[in-house]
Amino acid sequence: MRYLPLSEADRASMLDTIGVKSVDDLFVDVPQSARRSGTVDLPTFAGELEVEAQLNAFAAQNLSPAKAPFFVGAGAYRHHIPATVDHIIQRSEFLTSYTPYQPEIAQGTLQVLFEFQTQVARLTGMPVANASLYDGSTAAGEGVLMAQRITKRNKAVLSGGLHPHYRETIETLAHAVGIETEACPMVVDGEAEVLSHIDAGTACVVVQTPNVFGTATDLTKIAEAAQAAGALLIVVVTEVMSLGLLKSPGEMGADIVAVEGQSIGVPLSFGGPYVGLFAAKEKYLRNMPGRLCGETVDADGERGFVLTLSTREQHIRRDKATSNICTNSGLCALAFSIHMSLLGQEGLKRVAKINYAKAHALKDQLVAAGIEVVTPRFFNEFTVKLPKPAAEVVEALAAKGILGGVPVSRLDADPALANHLIIAATETVTDADMSALVAGLKEVL
Amino acid sequence: MKFTKDHEWVEVTGDTALVGITAYAANALGDVVFVEIPEVGKSLTKGDSFAVVESVKAASDVYAPVSGEVVAANDDLPNSPDTVNAAPESAGWIAKVKLSNPAELDELMDRDAYEAYLDTL
Amino acid sequence: MADTPKMNTVGRPSAPDFDIEHTSFKTLLGGRGLLQSEKLIFEWDDYHRTGVDFADVAIDTSDLGDLVRGDTLNLPGLTEPEAVRHYVRLSQKNHAIDLALYPLGSCTMKHNPRLNEKMARVSGLGDIHPLQPVSTVQGALALMDSLAHWLKTLTGMPAVALTPKAGANGELCGLLAIKAAHEAKGQGQRRTVLVPSSAHGTNPATAAFVGYTVREIGQTNDGRVDLEDLKAKIAATGDQLAAIMLTNPNTCGLFERDIVTIAELIHAAGGYFYCDGANFNAIVGRVRPGDLGVDAMHINLHKTFSTPHGGGGPGAGPVVLSEALAAFAPRPWVVSSGQGFTLEEHGEDASKANFGRMCAFHGQMGMYIRALTYMLSHGSDGLKQVAEDAVLNANYIKVALGDVMSVPFPDGPCMHEALFDDSWLEGTGVTTLDFAKAMIDEGFHPMTMYFPLVVHGAMLIEPTETESKAELDRFVAVLRALAEAALDGDVSRFKGAPYLAPAKRLDETRAARQPKLTHS
Repeated sequence: MRYLPLSEADRASMLDTIGVKSVDDLFVDVPQSARRSGTVDLPTFAGELEVEAQLNAFAAQNLSPAKAPFFVGAGAYRHHIPATVDHIIQRSEFLTSYTPYQPEIAQGTLQVLFEFQTQVARLTGMPVANASLYDGSTAAGEGVLMAQRITKRNKAVLSGGLHPHYRETIETLAHAVGIETEACPMVVDGEAEVLSHIDAGTACVVVQTPNVFGTATDLTKIAEAAQAAGALLIVVVTEVMSLGLLKSPGEMGADIVAVEGQSIGVPLSFGGPYVGLFAAKEKYLRNMPGRLCGETVDADGERGFVLTLSTREQHIRRDKATSNICTNSGLCALAFSIHMSLLGQEGLKRVAKINYAKAHALKDQLVAAGIEVVTPRFFNEFTVKLPKPAAEVVEALAAKGILGGVPVSRLDADPALANHLIIAATETVTDADMSALVAGLKEVL
Repeated sequence: MKFTKDHEWVEVTGDTALVGITAYAANALGDVVFVEIPEVGKSLTKGDSFAVVESVKAASDVYAPVSGEVVAANDDLPNSPDTVNAAPESAGWIAKVKLSNPAELDELMDRDAYEAYLDTL
Repeated sequence: MADTPKMNTVGRPSAPDFDIEHTSFKTLLGGRGLLQSEKLIFEWDDYHRTGVDFADVAIDTSDLGDLVRGDTLNLPGLTEPEAVRHYVRLSQKNHAIDLALYPLGSCTMKHNPRLNEKMARVSGLGDIHPLQPVSTVQGALALMDSLAHWLKTLTGMPAVALTPKAGANGELCGLLAIKAAHEAKGQGQRRTVLVPSSAHGTNPATAAFVGYTVREIGQTNDGRVDLEDLKAKIAATGDQLAAIMLTNPNTCGLFERDIVTIAELIHAAGGYFYCDGANFNAIVGRVRPGDLGVDAMHINLHKTFSTPHGGGGPGAGPVVLSEALAAFAPRPWVVSSGQGFTLEEHGEDASKANFGRMCAFHGQMGMYIRALTYMLSHGSDGLKQVAEDAVLNANYIKVALGDVMSVPFPDGPCMHEALFDDSWLEGTGVTTLDFAKAMIDEGFHPMTMYFPLVVHGAMLIEPTETESKAELDRFVAVLRALAEAALDGDVSRFKGAPYLAPAKRLDETRAARQPKLTHS
C-alpha cells in the first residue's frame, strides 16, 4: 500500500520491541462486543490508475462551467484565477503545515496571515480583520453573535435582501445561542426596511450589498439610524470583487463586516471550501471570533508574527470562549492573499470594471429582447422577472448546454418570486456566451 | 488586607474596599496582557465574576470577595495591564466596592492564614 | 615578443579552508543564505503595478451615483515573478509534514497524498457551481452519496450530515441535533452536558455555545473516565441530562475500556452519547463507533482521511448520526432515487425535522473529493492497516522513550498517540516548552504540549502510520539524546532554543499587550 511505509518485517520487529505477539494485543481495551474479524464491507485497496478513473467518472457526469455559457452566481462566482495561485498553495510548506502554533517554524504562514488581515482591512475599509472564518455565511452568523456580546441585546434584524442561505445559517447559529431573529420579507430593493424593526432589544441589523438580487445600496444612512438606536450594523458582501468598484462597508459606517472571499483566488468547488473575511471596528477587537495574527519581535529583536489574543479562544477559555471555532480557512486565505497581491488595487479596479461592463451589456441585450430586469443598481449580477417559473427556464436552458442563472425559488420558497431569475456576468463571460443566453431565453420563453 | 482562596485581596477603608488579585495569582498567570474592569454602578454578590485578567496563555475570572456596589474601577489597567504584575496588591487594584454586607469580611483569611493556605497548594 | 607561458594557471579553491574559524555574523540583508529575509507586500514602493493582465475599460457608472468607491484602496500589486518569489521565500520559513515528522498529538499530521489534490482540481469537480441545476451536477451528488456510504459503513452508523465545515462545526451540528431531538420529545429542559476533564477545549466551548451547562467528570488513575463519578454525576443531573461528550480514543491516547457501559448509562438516563471523532484514525476500519453506542460523532476529514491541514484549514467535519438523531440532520442533504440524485435544500420532507442550516451551499466539496480519493485508494483493508500501523507506531515510541521520559499511564498499550508528562524533567531547569523548542533545532516539529490539561507538562506524540520505522528510529534517537542532555544539565541548549529556526522565540506578551494586527 503506497501510503504505508512499514514492511511486514518492520511490524514484526516493532511488535517484538513493544513486547506483544500481535497487533491485536494493542487493541485489548476494545470491548469484546465491538471487536470484529476481517474488514468492513467496502471495496479493498486500489491503485492510483484505478482511483483516478473512478473519480473521473464522477466528473464526467457534471457539466463543467468551462464547457457552457455560464451565468450562475448568487453567492459564489466564477472568476479567472491566475495560475500562480494554485502553484503556490500546493507548495508543501503551505499545503502540509498545521495551524502556526510554533511561530519560530511557521513565519511563512504567519506573515501571510498578517498580510491577509491587512488586505482584508483595507478592502473592507475597516481597521481590524481576523485570519478568516469558514465562509461568508458562517462569518455573518458569527457577526450576529459578536453583536450580542457587545450590545448585550438579544435580537437580530435580517434584511430582505440577504441571501436566504445566509439568513438560514444566521438563524441556526443565533437560535442555538438564544438570540431572536426577525427576517424582513425578501425584496429586490429595500435594505432600509430593517430600520422599522429596530427596538430597544435589537443587537444588530444585517444587510447585504450587493444583495441577493444584485442590488447595490448605500448603507450610510442605515448605519447612522441603526447606531443611533444602539444597534450595530453588520454588512454582508457575497461578491468581494464588487469592492473594487463600490464604496466600502467601512466608508458607509459598518460596525462589523462579513464577506465571502471566494471570488478572489478560490475555485467554485461546488460550494466549498471557501473563505470568510471578517472585519470590525477597532473597539470591538476583543469580541472578535477566530484566529488573529499580530506583529511582534523575536529574541534577537527581529520582526516576527504570532497568533495573538488567543485568550478569546476555545483552547483557553473553554466554555467561556467567544466562539467554538478552532481553524480558520488557512489555505483559502493564502489563495485569496496571493490573488489579491497579483491584482493589486489597479488589477482589482480593472476586473471590477470589466464585471460591471459585462453585466450591464448583458442587461441591455435582455431588455432589448423584451425581458424585464428588476434590479435598479448593480455590479455584476441582476435579477429578471420572467413570464414563467424560472426553475423551468433554467432546466430548459441547461438542456441546451447553457447555465443560465439561479432561480430565486432555488433559494426561497416565496411563490411571489417563482419567476425571478438571478443572472451573473463576470469577466469570464464572452460576447458569444451572452448571445447564446439571449437566444436561448427567446427560445424557451 | 484580607484574602480569598481564589486569590483575591480586599483592603477595607471605612465602608468601601479595594479589591484585586494577589501577588501569587499575578505571578502564576504570567505576564498580564489584558484586564477587563467592571462597570461602575454594577452590584456584586460575593462570588460573582466581576473582572477578567488575561495573560498570553491563560485567562481567569476574578470573583467578588465581598458583596456590594462597584463605586470605582481602575481605569489605568486596560492601557497598562503590566501594573497587575508590577504592583498586584497596590497600584494593580481592580475595583473599589461599597460594602453591602461587611460581615462577609469575617469569612476571609488574614495574610498569615493565606500564606499558610498557599503552602498547601 | 616574450614567450607565452604554456602552463594553464587559472584555477580556484575547491575545498574549504579548514583553518578559518567559523563565526556567526549578521548578514547585510538579514537573511541566512538560502533562507531569504522578506519584507511585507505593503513595503513595496510602487502600489500601481499588477500581475494580472486586464485592459482598463471605460464604464458609465452614473446609475451608481455616490456608490462608486472613492478611496485608493491602498493595496499593492506585484508582478508574477515578484509574487512567486515573495511566497516561495515565505514558504521556506514553515515546517511541513512533507519535510519531516510532525508529531502533534490529536492533530493526525499524516502524509497528504497528491492524488487527492489532483482529483480535487479535475474539470467537472473543482470548477462546478453549487447552484447549477441538479441535472448538471449528478456526478457531484453521486460523489457525496458515495462519501456518505463510506463514512456510514466505516462507523456503523445509519446517517451522516456532510455539511459541517470543520471539527468544531461538526460538534455544533451534533449538539444541535441532540438539542432538537430532546425538544421534539418535550424534554427541552435537558441542558446539561457531561464532559471529562481531559476533553479538548472545543467540547465545553460548543456545549456552552448552545446554551448547555457543562459538568466535568473525573478521571481514574489510569487515564479513563471514572465510572463511579460518572454514575454520581448522572444521578445528580437527573432529567437535566442532555448528553455526554467523550473523545474515544481519549485525549490521553487511551481507549475507554468501559465505553459500552458508559453509553448504556447515558442512554438509560435519557441522554445521548456525543463522541468526538478527532482520534478516529486509531480505530478506522477496525472498530465501528456504532458498535460502541455512539449517537453522534464528527469525523475530521483533515485528520483521519488525509485532507491537507493547509496551515490551519480548511477542514471538514461530517457528523454521523444514530437512528435516534438522523431525522434532525441539517439541510441540505442528497436524496437518491431510481432516476438519479436530487438535493433537498429546503427541508420540505415531512418525515425529517432538520434543525436548520450549518452554512451556505453544501459543505466542503473540495475536501469530500480528497477524502473519497483517499478512501478508495486504501480500501477497507488498507484503512484497517492504517489504524493498526498508527497504533503500532505510537506504542513503539512509547516503549522506546518510556525509560527516559515519564509515562503517566504506563499500564497497557496506548492507541495512536503516546503521552508523556514532565516529572522526568523535575529539577533539571528545563520545561516541556524548552524541550519542545530544542526539537526544532533538530529538524522536528514539537509534539503537542500542555494538553491534555489533566497531565502536568504534557507531551503528546502522535507519529501516524505514514512514518517509516527508520524515521521513527531517527526521531527516538534524537529525543533520547536531548533527554540525556537535559538530565545532564545542559540547560542553555534548551533555554535559548530554537537557535537554528527562521526566527528565535517570539515576544508574545508584547504582541498581546500592544496588538498590531494590520500593517500601518
